[in-house]
Amino acid sequence: MIPFSIDGQPVEGREGGNILETALDAGIEIPHLCFNESVKPYGACRLCLVEVVRNGKSRMAASCTHPVQKGMEVFTRTEKVLRARKMITELILAMCPGDKLIQEMAKGMGIDEVRFKKEEKDCILCGLCARVCDEVVGANAIHFAFRGDRREMIPPFQGEATNCIACGACVVVCPVDVIRMKEEGDERTIIRWKRTLKMKSCKVCGNYFAPWFQLEKFKEKAKLPKDFYDLCYTCRS
Amino acid sequence: MTHSEIEAITERYENRESAILSMLQDIQAKEKYLPQEALERLGEKLGIPMNKIYRIATFYRAFSLTPKGQHEVCVCIGTACHVRGAQRVVDQINLELGIRPGETTKDRNFTLETVNCLGVCAAGPVAAIDGQYFGKMSPAKVGGTLKKFRSDKKKKEGANGKA
Amino acid sequence: MARLSSPQELGKYRDEILSKRNPDQPLITVCGGTGCHASGCHAVVDAFRKVLQEKAKGNGIGLRVTGCHGFCERGPLVVIHPKMVLYQKVKPEDAPAIFQETVLNGKVLENLLYEHPATGEKIATEEKVPFYQKQRRIILGNNGNIDPTQIEDYLAVGGYRALAKALFSMKPEEIIGEVKKANLRGRGGGGFPAGLKWEQCRNAPSDIKYLVCNADEGDPGAYMDRSLLEGNPHSALEGMIIGAYAIGSHEGYIFVRHEYPLALENIGIAIQQARELGLLGRDILGSGFHFDIKISRGGGAFVAGESTALMATIEGNVGEPRAKHIHTVVSGLHDKPTNLNNVETWANVPVIINEGADWYGRIGTEGSKGTKIFSLVGKVNNTGLVEVPMGMSLREIVYDIGGGIPGGKRFKAVQTGGPSGGCIPESMIDLPVDFDRLTEVGSMMGSGGMIVMDESTCMVDVAKYFMNFLKDESCGKCTSCREGTKRMYELLADITEGRGTMDHLCLLEDLGWVTAEASLCALGGTAPNPVLSTIRYFRDEYKEHIINKQCPAKVCRQLLQYRILSDVCTSCGRCSKVCSVKAITGKQKTKKEKGEPFEIDAEKCIRCGMCFESCKFEAIEVQ
Ligand SMILES: Cc1cc2nc3c(=O)[nH]c(=O)nc-3n(C[C@H](O)[C@H](O)[C@H](O)COP(=O)(O)O)c2cc1C
Ligand code: SF4
Ligand code: SF4
Ligand code: SF4
Ligand code: FES
Ligand code: FES
Ligand code: FES
Repeated sequence: MIPFSIDGQPVEGREGGNILETALDAGIEIPHLCFNESVKPYGACRLCLVEVVRNGKSRMAASCTHPVQKGMEVFTRTEKVLRARKMITELILAMCPGDKLIQEMAKGMGIDEVRFKKEEKDCILCGLCARVCDEVVGANAIHFAFRGDRREMIPPFQGEATNCIACGACVVVCPVDVIRMKEEGDERTIIRWKRTLKMKSCKVCGNYFAPWFQLEKFKEKAKLPKDFYDLCYTCRS
Repeated sequence: MTHSEIEAITERYENRESAILSMLQDIQAKEKYLPQEALERLGEKLGIPMNKIYRIATFYRAFSLTPKGQHEVCVCIGTACHVRGAQRVVDQINLELGIRPGETTKDRNFTLETVNCLGVCAAGPVAAIDGQYFGKMSPAKVGGTLKKFRSDKKKKEGANGKA
Repeated sequence: MARLSSPQELGKYRDEILSKRNPDQPLITVCGGTGCHASGCHAVVDAFRKVLQEKAKGNGIGLRVTGCHGFCERGPLVVIHPKMVLYQKVKPEDAPAIFQETVLNGKVLENLLYEHPATGEKIATEEKVPFYQKQRRIILGNNGNIDPTQIEDYLAVGGYRALAKALFSMKPEEIIGEVKKANLRGRGGGGFPAGLKWEQCRNAPSDIKYLVCNADEGDPGAYMDRSLLEGNPHSALEGMIIGAYAIGSHEGYIFVRHEYPLALENIGIAIQQARELGLLGRDILGSGFHFDIKISRGGGAFVAGESTALMATIEGNVGEPRAKHIHTVVSGLHDKPTNLNNVETWANVPVIINEGADWYGRIGTEGSKGTKIFSLVGKVNNTGLVEVPMGMSLREIVYDIGGGIPGGKRFKAVQTGGPSGGCIPESMIDLPVDFDRLTEVGSMMGSGGMIVMDESTCMVDVAKYFMNFLKDESCGKCTSCREGTKRMYELLADITEGRGTMDHLCLLEDLGWVTAEASLCALGGTAPNPVLSTIRYFRDEYKEHIINKQCPAKVCRQLLQYRILSDVCTSCGRCSKVCSVKAITGKQKTKKEKGEPFEIDAEKCIRCGMCFESCKFEAIEVQ
């Protein structure tokens, strides 16, 4: 374990770990939007900024992508950090004024008014959905497209995400809850990615439990027996 | 693009996944844009998922996902050209052709593009039409310069009996 | 061509080349750089070829297409050896006369000479032209002398001597020591000491190490690296091979912008020829050391010039920067130690090895040694590439070399460092140009863009221009950079379109600070410089836009008013014909009638300025 300090409190981070996870483990709150321990840190939202002092030099850095280093001092609430955090929150709110979570965060920081032209986006471009889809699910269905201020999170060619297996992992991971899923009869739709797939029903209880396509993919990948997914998770256990 | 054409391109780079950018450039050079089915074939051939290819294809300026017009009007808006009034040249072209940078006229005759520095700053503001340079551009010169390419097209169309 | 397998063979081969060349023999060189290409040098080359074929078959008069001489403003350039007569703005029709008079009869054609703008004196040779007199062209100098597609030309001017010296009489540590002692700082932007970087990379534990040359040159308005690669590709190549030997690398990449087709072609030829001669590849010059180079093409993204983004691009990923808490010299390309330097940095290496660090250290200032190439462009008489010793004052560069501001206009500022840099006002024109001084005043050396601005350049517009560039070119990952540049752009657009308030200024400063502090890479980290430096030095101009809704430089369209002076208007009607929105009406004069002055309907006017340009009588004024 690697010893260092956060806001004067001694903490220990794991080898290869980052500041943010260490802080969260130690019960120190640092606001963050694009971090989730199930995927690699990316450092996009910039909300998790902290001040890091090493060898007498102080620098601002995103805590989710900053490796833990022995003896460094981390400060999460300095004047500089708070000032930057507030502006970043205002920038995100101006981009996505309708997101509940962002509204609450902004309120908590005392932002009453947005000084920029309000846009009508809802995705904060954290990239969690794509990273989960790539790294955890392995479906590679969606990703960022374009660059700069035109950046978007969309399926290739802006149409249906034809690689999507409608597993719903992205739905769960989206911090601002803008990927919606709909289940009707034997169909499941990931609305944002325009993907609708037929569901398989359990041989025992008859409930629809997962998309056919997803189960076929899993079987193929894991070389499972043909009848492996005939029963739903509940009936199997 | 046919399978074999795609194959020829991937083999030029020993099917190396890391050469994807060069392969896309070759497709762009050949087709003047990146057709969806060419990208799909490329993805299958190299085993690269489409979300990654699409991400790269939309990130770089070198690529276009829609077919370009017959003539590519490329106005330099690099800093040196900008301080000599390049924006007014772009505005004027916009006025005359009704297209903004990145767009193509309805008749597919012109595509307007902007670039950052063509490396001929001394002649700025510079425009390049189909690779031919036009130096010391001004709004007043726009009409005449475009005309050369307009009549060109009309003549050709006339010959085809379309006009 | 047989491979050279020892330094002696290289020396012998060089002697052989030189013995076949008679320096007194007439030689016609035509600049084939991109600038001259744009002004028609290819037709000039063809014309000379024709003349030579018709009139001088077999009598040994050579024709050589060279790289950029830097004086692109005056292209196409032609130099006649051995007297080195410089002709400018040469047309294909001039070729027969040049051949007849100058090449055969040794007479100088006055009408093609450069004329001193102040004295009107005709100047016959390059070295006497004021543009060149104060330059110190240790890197660019050979551009005009050699054909970049012929390795023999490079060898003839002493090329690859430094490589032989490095491989056979220096240890890797000695080379690094020499580069450190010369205090060579990176020419690509940051000014990081190259020797230190090499040393760290050498010491990084790994059997595979990569070497990369950055020729992405994303600065919009600069073309130093392009000219070097186009005009003298072997110089960067030689530097890389020496670097590879010093660091212990066997595999290198040159990352070139795709917008530079000629540079790509010439560096490709150079690599091929160097390989054939055994100067690249396996067992270089019989030393047992091997190193080879691949070319990688950029896709047109400014941010891909950033070191980590560049490496991601070479790996076949999207060009997004990543956090550099572990340096690329330890873990870069394919997670291996990687040493990245700029084209110009590499080109300095052979000079340092040949001449020694002590010699090199005598050029420049305390903290910045050697020369720097700038692309001197914008509102300046002599546009082009200039190479000057570090520490030369801006005044000398702009006035003595650049020949001052055209049209008798007033100098206003110089922008250096590209989108990461700032604007330096007239009051600081005596500033010595080196890495540290530029940073002190809120700008940057950057890669060497130097854009001169005069009274008709609006500084708010310049700031807006760069924000527009950056919001487009940011990779878009960091909220602070993507949204920060976009919002700064919007605020500046408000100011230039008459919607600005003093709150806009405060917000710009605040936003600028956050963008710089919170963003991941140096693109975001330096993005506010153009805004903050113009606010710092040109606050009054901002206020003029905000409070009086006026643009003193008459650039910001929405703040302009075009008006026809009725007492000057001759009723010729030209203006009303060019106006695309038919905002100008009046009664045109005819042979019989006098007509009536024309008028502009301010409501309809879209302020394109076409009328202003079209009026031959200066009857239209802008306010
Ligand atoms: C956004 C951005 C763009 C850059 N573009 C270039 C470039 O086009 N060429 C270059 O040599 N360096 C560029 N750099 C600097 C490189 O990251 C790197 O520092 C440099 O190539 C190192 O070489 P040097 O030490 O020899 O200068 C850029 C940096 C940033 C942040
Ligand atoms: S639902 Fe589709 S897009 Fe979302 S993680 Fe699953 S496969 Fe990927
Ligand atoms: S959709 Fe949600 S998870 Fe995906 S990038 Fe946008 S905000 Fe993040
Ligand atoms: S600072 Fe800008 S360019 Fe750099 S990584 Fe962040 S978003 Fe991309
Ligand atoms: S959580 Fe660290 S940058 Fe988003
Ligand atoms: S800025 Fe236009 S050619 Fe360089
Ligand atoms: S291109 Fe000929 S002098 Fe620059």
